[in-house]
Amino acid sequence: MSSTTLPIAKAITAGLRDAMRADDRVMMMGEDIGVLGGVFRVTDGLHAEFGDLRVVDTPLAEAGIVGTAVGLAVRGYRPVVEIQFDGFVFPAYSQITTQLAKMHYRTQGRVRMPIVIRIPHGGGIGAVEHHSESPEALFAHTAGLRILAPGDSQDAYWMTRQAIETDDPVIMLEPKRRYWLKGDVDPDQRPELSPWQARVLRPGTDATLLAWGPSVPLAMESAEAAAEEGTDLEVIDARSLSPVDFPTIIESVQRTGRLVIVHEAPVLGGLGGEIAARVTEQCFYHLEAPVLRVGGYHAPYPPARMEHAYLPDLDRVLDAVDRALEH
Amino acid sequence: MIQLLAPDGTRTPDAEFDAVLQGNGGSGVGSDEDADSGPLDSPERLRGYYRDMVMIRAADLEATSLQRQGQLGLWASALGQEAAQIGAGHAAREQDYLVPTYREHGIAWARGVEPWRLLEMFRGISHGGWDPNELRTHPYMIVLGAQAPHAVGYAMGLQRDGVVGTGDQRTDTAVMALFGDGASSEGEVAESFTFAASYRSPVVFYTQNNQWAISVPTSVQSRVPLAQRSRGWGIPSVQVDGNDVLAVLAAVRTALDAARAGEGPFFIESVTYRMAAHTTSDDASRYRPSEEEQEWAEKDPILRLRRHLEQLDEIDEDFIARCDEEGHDLAMQLHHHIHGMEDPDPEGMFEHVYSEPHPIVDADREDYRNYIAQFDDPTDQEAGR
Repeated sequence: MSSTTLPIAKAITAGLRDAMRADDRVMMMGEDIGVLGGVFRVTDGLHAEFGDLRVVDTPLAEAGIVGTAVGLAVRGYRPVVEIQFDGFVFPAYSQITTQLAKMHYRTQGRVRMPIVIRIPHGGGIGAVEHHSESPEALFAHTAGLRILAPGDSQDAYWMTRQAIETDDPVIMLEPKRRYWLKGDVDPDQRPELSPWQARVLRPGTDATLLAWGPSVPLAMESAEAAAEEGTDLEVIDARSLSPVDFPTIIESVQRTGRLVIVHEAPVLGGLGGEIAARVTEQCFYHLEAPVLRVGGYHAPYPPARMEHAYLPDLDRVLDAVDRALEH
Repeated sequence: MIQLLAPDGTRTPDAEFDAVLQGNGGSGVGSDEDADSGPLDSPERLRGYYRDMVMIRAADLEATSLQRQGQLGLWASALGQEAAQIGAGHAAREQDYLVPTYREHGIAWARGVEPWRLLEMFRGISHGGWDPNELRTHPYMIVLGAQAPHAVGYAMGLQRDGVVGTGDQRTDTAVMALFGDGASSEGEVAESFTFAASYRSPVVFYTQNNQWAISVPTSVQSRVPLAQRSRGWGIPSVQVDGNDVLAVLAAVRTALDAARAGEGPFFIESVTYRMAAHTTSDDASRYRPSEEEQEWAEKDPILRLRRHLEQLDEIDEDFIARCDEEGHDLAMQLHHHIHGMEDPDPEGMFEHVYSEPHPIVDADREDYRNYIAQFDDPTDQEAGR
């Protein structure tokens, strides 16, 4: 099979299925992931193919899900855990940060934690509270975890495969409002670019626009709109949020002299702040303007009828680009 | 409450548990196949448990001294819980996986963890110095209750590996999740009951109710005996006298055998007493009366087994003196080992954060190296550190 067109959700399904076929220690765990196929149907068909022992409908208890995954990993399994929605990861937060992230360190490398935690993340779907969060900074702050944030179907497929193959714990932030966005996937051709590296999606000269996950299509759209006004933006998809690929970002900013970071998470204490600090440190004499961030406000994620104002959109991104260029 | 040895050392006959101790009990498994055959209550074995308890108490007292000398940052004494741990530790078979909390020095001893490995943790040399897979013993857990789902997950792995209920005692494997009375209130313990019950996983939950969670008595954790807690999940349970090494051994062996045979999870409340303060940083006189400590001293688990052996006429002054001497030797070894222990190179803090290369960790290590390298004088380097 060569290249095929799949929505992001189905690309992840294909990645999970191929990973399970390739290694019988890979198993799925989560709420409603079995017969139902998950609330987003990402595990659709896996229970039918692999059965109860490898596709496990768990009790509704997130700490228990991640905690038992840790025990399964000690026994040699490679659990892939689905957290139903981003806001429901917090009951498992202690297991993720105090156990999963630290077990390899605690045991001086004797016990590995090849666990993937899949989290549909981000807003924009008109949902009720706790269904639209962007908690990446909380995990990026925790040494021992890795974070991947695919923004298209090809990355969705391959990052799923590569996250499962990694012996470290990986948080997979799946861009839930882009689940049905279609794109080309080539399951036969392993990508040359490492999953831990950023990708320049669109070369440009006037400023760099950095985004990840659900904000990647927005960044591309913004660059196209800016081009119509004669502004040439470089767009980078960060792809990996732990580690962040600083060399690629820094190389770009050294050329363009300007950086605008777009993410859905609140700006205060967000990952964009860390990137801004490092870029300022390493590109100080190249910068023509302060690093600007476009993201959520310092308010809880609002009710759905207000979320359009909370989330970064084309106008807010272009406004930030204008401010950067005016310097 | 299951009790086979009264505080005065008298053995109470019990048809079910006597059979277990003599190797004829358990869940339909033949004693012929028993990997560690022979009665668990033979005089030789009993003397072995006695020696084990004397040894870990000597190591424990020495560890407290080492903390007072500034050699350990902290020590969590298991004084008084020797029978609860040695009994449970020996009830497990070699292939079983034990998941301890941080006060499980008797369990560690029974599983072959060298005592200085424990001291190393409390000194600040490592966060855990043994190989969990080699010794079939999980690292000590500091976040209370967090280890319980790990135990259940491991047990779920055993089910998938087909090493439960085969009828072969060398193959069938179970897990023991250990936690205290305080941790039994943690949500993760409750969630672990749920998972274990739903999947009928081969796990024995073993709680040592040592009466105190730092300063809070068990009555604040639970209005009913802890043993009742699992029953709402359909997990059967018993309460055992935790200061009676034989009762612990029999109850835990029975539960583990059943779990191995595929009969699902079990819960044991082992009633014991934390004779020392919570840790060397704690002052128990602020919250509990000395009369209570006095009362429990009468139920001392080591004294109880010694009285029993005396009644059997299976212990003499020579053996007692030899055990004491060995305990003293162990304490001295630990003393010298700890006093001679070099601090690790701080660069070690960057090791094993990840199993695969990570550029941020590499960059931080490099920064640290460069920072240190700017001091020419080694004394300044120390200061820099």
